[in-house]
Amino acid sequence: MLNKYPLWKNLLLLAVLGFGLLYAMPNLYPPDPAVQISGQSSGMKIDQPTIERASRALDAAGIEHFGELASSDGKSGLIRLYASDGQLRAQRIIQRALGDGYIVALNQASTTPDWLSNLGAQAMKLGLDLSGGVHFLLEVDTDAAIDNRLDQYTTGIKKALREAGIRGYVSLADNGEIQGKFRSEALRDKALSVIRKEYTDLTAQRAEQSDPENFDLVALLSDTKRKEIEDYAVGQNLTTLRNRVNELGVSEPLVQRQGRNRIVVELPGIQDTAEAKRILGKTANLEFRLEARYDAPASDREQFEFRNPGLGEPSAWLERDVVITGERVANAQSSFDENGMPQVNITLDSEGGTLMHRMTRHNINRRLGVLFIERKSRTRYEVNEAGEEQIIKIPYDEKKIISLATIRDALGVQFRITGLNAPGEANELALLLRAGALAAPIDFVEERTVGPSLGAENIAKGVISVQIGLGLVALFMVVYYRVFGVVAVAALAFNIVLLVAAMSILGATLTLPGIAGIVLTVGMAVDANVLIFSRIREEVRNGMAPQHAIDAGYGRAYVTIMDANITTLLVALILYAVGTGPVKGFAVTLSIGILTSMFTAIMGTRAIINLIYGGRRVKKLAI
Amino acid sequence: MSTESKIINFMKLRGLASVLSIAMVLASIGILATKGLNFGLDFTGGTLIEVLYEEPQPLEEVRSTLSGAGYENAIVVNFGSDTDVLVRLPQGMSPKLGEEVLATLRADAPSEVELLRIEFVGPQVGEKLREQGGLAVLLALIVVLIYIAMRFQIKFAVGAVAALVHDVIITLGAFALVGWDFDLTVLAAILAVIGYSLNDSIVVADRIRENLRKLRKHEAFDVVNISLTETLDRTLATSGTTMLVLVALAVFGGDMIHSFALALIIGIGVGTYSSIYIVANLLLTMNISQDDLIVIQKEGAEIDDLP
Repeated sequence: MLNKYPLWKNLLLLAVLGFGLLYAMPNLYPPDPAVQISGQSSGMKIDQPTIERASRALDAAGIEHFGELASSDGKSGLIRLYASDGQLRAQRIIQRALGDGYIVALNQASTTPDWLSNLGAQAMKLGLDLSGGVHFLLEVDTDAAIDNRLDQYTTGIKKALREAGIRGYVSLADNGEIQGKFRSEALRDKALSVIRKEYTDLTAQRAEQSDPENFDLVALLSDTKRKEIEDYAVGQNLTTLRNRVNELGVSEPLVQRQGRNRIVVELPGIQDTAEAKRILGKTANLEFRLEARYDAPASDREQFEFRNPGLGEPSAWLERDVVITGERVANAQSSFDENGMPQVNITLDSEGGTLMHRMTRHNINRRLGVLFIERKSRTRYEVNEAGEEQIIKIPYDEKKIISLATIRDALGVQFRITGLNAPGEANELALLLRAGALAAPIDFVEERTVGPSLGAENIAKGVISVQIGLGLVALFMVVYYRVFGVVAVAALAFNIVLLVAAMSILGATLTLPGIAGIVLTVGMAVDANVLIFSRIREEVRNGMAPQHAIDAGYGRAYVTIMDANITTLLVALILYAVGTGPVKGFAVTLSIGILTSMFTAIMGTRAIINLIYGGRRVKKLAI
Repeated sequence: MSTESKIINFMKLRGLASVLSIAMVLASIGILATKGLNFGLDFTGGTLIEVLYEEPQPLEEVRSTLSGAGYENAIVVNFGSDTDVLVRLPQGMSPKLGEEVLATLRADAPSEVELLRIEFVGPQVGEKLREQGGLAVLLALIVVLIYIAMRFQIKFAVGAVAALVHDVIITLGAFALVGWDFDLTVLAAILAVIGYSLNDSIVVADRIRENLRKLRKHEAFDVVNISLTETLDRTLATSGTTMLVLVALAVFGGDMIHSFALALIIGIGVGTYSSIYIVANLLLTMNISQDDLIVIQKEGAEIDDLP
C-alpha cells in the first residue's frame, strides 16, 4: 500500500531511536570534579587507609568532598569534590599529606549511572580546546638514532678486523658511509668477507680507489634497516614518554605516534606547561664506559668533565666504546649507602646484565665511568638572503661524568651508582632512569595550551550558537512547511541524538571545529527535507493526488539526496585522511552527521508522515 | 506544465554573469598574488599568547612593555573584549618563549593576568600543514570530478568542479582582501564550502538531467531555465536555513569560530550563486543536449523505479 511502512521498518526506527537515546544519555550527566590518587611505581597499592589519610587531610583543610573509593585492582583511588574551584587546592593538600610516593592528579569522575556504564555507554570526550589542557607535538631526531647506530657498527667492524688480524683504516664518513682503506687488494677482500659475514644489516662492497696506495671498501646501511632503526627509536620514545607522562600525574593523557617521526602528547587539565615540558623534554641518558688506559691511542678515548666537580680531578678520559646505555636499565631507586651518602640502585635487564658482566669480569680494578648525557640547544643568529635575521637552534649533547668508581667485582644485573652530591640529585636520576631513556633526542615543534576558563567559555558559546541556530531553523521549517516542517524538526532532533550517540560509541573527541561540523550537518539535514518537501509541493501544484505526491516526492528526491550526500561524504573522508587537528575534528562530525542525517531525513520523516497521512483518504496536505 | 508561465529567465543574464564571475575570479587571483593570504600561526609558525586582564589594558602599554623586554615585532590586538589581549610573535624562538612573554606581561600589569592560551608552532610544522591543506583540497576536487563523471556525465563534472574552484578562489580572495587570519579552522571552512557548493551544484545538475530527459521538445536553454526555476524554492530555503545557523555561529559562537563562520557565509553565498550561474551556464556553453544522456538514461530509469 502507498505510504505505509511495514511493521518491521517502524520497529527498526523505534529501536534505533531507543538505542540512540540510550547511548547519548551519558552526555546529560555532568562529571564531578575529583582528585585521583595512584602510586609512583606500578607495584604500589592504593588501599582504604591511604584514601582515608587523604580525606582526613581534606577535612582538616575544610574542603568538602564525598564518595571516596579505591579501584578494584588497587591501582588508584578517587575522591569526589563538590566544587571544581577546590580541585587544585585539594590536589596540593593530598600530595603533601601522602608524600612523594604518590601521584595526585586532577580528574573528572563520571556520574553516569551504573546500569548505563554497564551497557558500555559513555559520554563524549572533550577536546583540549573545550576542556583546557596542553598539547605538544614532538619530533624524534631519527637521524641521531641512525648516526648512533652507525657509530656502533664502525666500532664493531674495527674490533672484528683487529681480531681477524686485518690491518687497515676504518672510519665513518659524514654521509653515513663506513669507509675502509687497506694496503692490498687481498686485505681489502678479506675485510670485505668478514664484514659481510658478521654484519648482515650492512651492504658492503668494493669502492673506487681514492689513491694508488689504498684499496677501498664501503659499507652502507640498507633502507629497510634504516627504517627499522627509525621505527625502533620512535617506538622506544613513545614508551618512554608514556612513562614520563605517568610521572606527571595526568588523569587521561594521550601519547600517540603521528606520521613518520612525530609524537603527539595531550595532557588534559594541565596548566603548568613549564613543569610538563621539563619532565617530558628531559632527554637525559646514561652511558657506562670504562676509563681509558694510559697507553690507549687517542682515537679510542675521549675526555669528559665531571658533572659535580668535587675536590678531585676536574676531568677524566673514558674509552669511546660504550658498555651499555640507559635503555638497558629496568629499574632504579634512590637510597643511602652505609655512610649516609645518596646512591642510586640500578637493576638492568637481562641483556644489559650479560653485557655488564662480560665487560666487568675482565676489567676488575679498572674504573667504570657513568656518563650523564643531556640534550641542550644553543642559539645562533644568522642573516638569510632576504636580510632577515633568523634564529637557529642547534641541539647538542652535553656529556658529563657523574661517577667514576673502581670495579671491585664482576657486576651483574644489580649494582649501584654512588658519588652523588645530594639526595635530590639521586632522586632525579632514579626517576629518569626508571622512566626509561629516550632512544633518540626529541624536539618540541608545537605547543598549545588552552586555559580551563577559555575551554568552558568555548563550550558555552558553542552550545548557545547551536541552540539559537537550531531554533531559527526549526521556526523557519514550521512556518514554511507547516505539518511537514514539524516532522522535519522532529527528525532533526532525532538526528542530533543519533549523532551524539554515534560519537559517544566511537569514542570520538568533540572539538570546537567539531561543533561547527554539527552545525553544518544541521544545514545539510534540513536540505534533504527541503528537497523532498519542495518536490511534494511541486507535484501537488501540478495536480497530483496527495498520497501519490508524497510518494513521488520521496522517490524522486531520493536520487538527488544520495548523489549530493555521497559526494560530500567523500570530501569529508578525504579531510579525515589528510587532515590533522581541527580539520580532522570537523571531518569526524561531518561524516557521521551525513550518515545519520540521510537516515533520519529520509526514513525518519517518511515514517512519521506515513503515520499521519498513510492508509487513509487525504484531500489536502498541510505543506 | 502548469508553472511554465512563471519560468524565470535566469539564463538571459548568463553573459553578464560570466563576465562577473571571470572578473571576480581574476580579481581574487590578483589579490591573492599581490597581497597574499594573511596566514595564521598554524601555517607560519610562531608564538601566540592570549591573556585576560582584570582591568581593560591599553594596547599601547602592552606593546611598550613587550618592546622594552626586547620583543620588537610583536603584534598586539584585542580579542573579543578590551580585557582580552592577543599577542603574536612572528618567530617561535623556542617553546619557552611563551612563558617568558607571559612573565613579562605579568610583571608589568597593574592587575591580575590570566593565561587563556599559549600556542607555539614550529615553522616546519606550518609548512607541512600548508602542503597538506593544499593536497586535501586538490584530492577532494579530483575525487569529486571522478564521482560526478561516473554518476552523471563528464560535462556535469566539469561544471560542478568549475563551480567549486570558482567558490574556493573567491572565498580565499575575500579573505586576502580583508586580511582576516587564515588558520586551520578557516581551512576546514573552505573544505566545508567545497562540500556545500557541491551539494548545491548536484541538486541543480540533477534537475537539469531529469528535465533533459523529460522535456524532449524543449531547447536546452529553456530546459535549464525551467530546472532552475523549479529548484529555486529549494535553493533559497536551504541556503537560507544554513545561513541562519552560520549567522548564529558568527554572532554568538565566540572569537575562535568567528572566522570559520565568516568563511562559510561568504562561501555559501558564492556557492548558491555558482550553482546557478556557473554550473548551468557551463552546461549551456558546452552544448549539453539530450544526446549526452543516452547511456545514462537506462541507468536513471532503473533508479527512478526504486520505491
